[in-house]
Amino acid sequence: MSALHKTLAQAGQGFVEFLVHLTRITKLSGQALFWIFVAPFTGRKIRWHLTFVQMVKIGVNSVPIVNIIAFSVGLIIAMQSAYQLARFGATIFVADLVGVSMTRELGPLITAIVIAGRSGSAIAAELGTMKVAEEIDALKTMALDPIGYLVVPRTLAMLIVLPCLTVLADFVGIAGGFVLAVVNLKLPFIAYFNQTADAIMFKDFLTGLIKSGFFALIIAQIGAYQGFSVSGGAEGVGKSTTASVVTSIFMIIFADLLFTMLFYSTL
Amino acid sequence: MSENGPIIQIRDLHTRYGKREILKGINLDIYPFETLVILGRSGCGKSTLLRHLIGLQKPSQGEILIKGKDFVKASEKDRNEILKKIGMLFQSSALFNSMTVGENVALPLREHTPQNDSTIKIMTRIKLGLVGLAGFEDFMPSQLSGGMKKRAALARALAMDPDLLFCDEPSAGLDPIVAVGIDHLILKLKDAFKMTIVVVTHELESVFMIADRIALLHEGQVIFQGTRDEMRACTDPIVKQFLDRQPDSEDVDKDQYLESLVGN
Repeated sequence: MSALHKTLAQAGQGFVEFLVHLTRITKLSGQALFWIFVAPFTGRKIRWHLTFVQMVKIGVNSVPIVNIIAFSVGLIIAMQSAYQLARFGATIFVADLVGVSMTRELGPLITAIVIAGRSGSAIAAELGTMKVAEEIDALKTMALDPIGYLVVPRTLAMLIVLPCLTVLADFVGIAGGFVLAVVNLKLPFIAYFNQTADAIMFKDFLTGLIKSGFFALIIAQIGAYQGFSVSGGAEGVGKSTTASVVTSIFMIIFADLLFTMLFYSTL
Repeated sequence: MSENGPIIQIRDLHTRYGKREILKGINLDIYPFETLVILGRSGCGKSTLLRHLIGLQKPSQGEILIKGKDFVKASEKDRNEILKKIGMLFQSSALFNSMTVGENVALPLREHTPQNDSTIKIMTRIKLGLVGLAGFEDFMPSQLSGGMKKRAALARALAMDPDLLFCDEPSAGLDPIVAVGIDHLILKLKDAFKMTIVVVTHELESVFMIADRIALLHEGQVIFQGTRDEMRACTDPIVKQFLDRQPDSEDVDKDQYLESLVGN
């Protein structure tokens, strides 16, 4: 009986803690979105100079790694699908498979996961270190809101940059499929190109971009939340950084599942 | 607020963390242009008190009036207006490590004043000159020594020409010579800026050098306040223990000790 009690109590406590985290992170996102979309109309300005710095850090500097990974993923899907389709003599449909799966699914997902690991963790580590060094307190005593000053530029940069990177990943991934089709499957370049162009529709891009917008929000908010909740020095920064990556990736995949279910039945 | 009335009034301030009560009803007045040192042992609640005064923490009960305005209940906008005229020197300096020293000092000016870049640059140089760091504006905080960081942080705290300056352990972690230098600097700046200064510390030498008035905090209460001479003449055992640097008595009842080991 007491063992059951203990287990139940632990489960309950875990659930309550989860709810507390969820409430706080929702509040933080609400504040950040308020600063981005409402506050500019009430006279509080968005700090574009800080946003540009973050766009370079998150976006421009991630271009090589996103390209390499997207290209490899495009190649991989092309090979896997060619392996199956060759049995039916339908290797030209590799174009459809690569095109649609990159734009609808893998482009947004792979980009988001790379950026969560690369930039979400950086946000958590940077804000966490600032918190430990009393820099966040210093901002507050200077009458500067840490949300407006730190979270908003990062969130905004992420919202702008992640969809851009996603489009890039889509194209590079498709290019990966191209390379396999032309070099290995000996398909004519023009035929593959036309097949791809016919297969992808605008809504495929659109669903991918909608997803990536939400992924951007998830990465930035979880990174910021984990950064702000650091306690206990360098060890705490490490813990929060790890937690930010794990939580972001989990949430990204979970959100992706929901969106795919939604788009699967409607679009 | 009358001309000679207190600039900060703390009334019956309580703070609890769960069941533990940190501040147990603080009543304290701070008058314009004085240097008040809040003295106390580690864990007596002096840092918590300071965090209340700069709005980083809200008390469970009680009120803080700054220049006659209720600081605790003030709206965010009003509180920010009060904060703009408050300078804070953190124990760890809390310089923004991603910015140069000059950008650190310039930040509050950039954010809160309409001045253009060249004016801000000049103002930054003036503030850095005041603390003896002229020519260091392009250095990163990580390139500075502990004492220089404190000076740079002081320059940043003074950027908005505050009339109230709070210092948390200004000489902590510094060698005695540098520490005395910071104390001298605080005295010099006080005259130059006509500021009210509140210093939280436990360093006695520093206290007797800079304090106009001293408030001694013990277990969440102000048990003494008065001038340096009044403090030296005070006969309260806790005040005396503090001044004479006597350790706590270590007599422990044997039965109690055993019980504490066994538990309950």
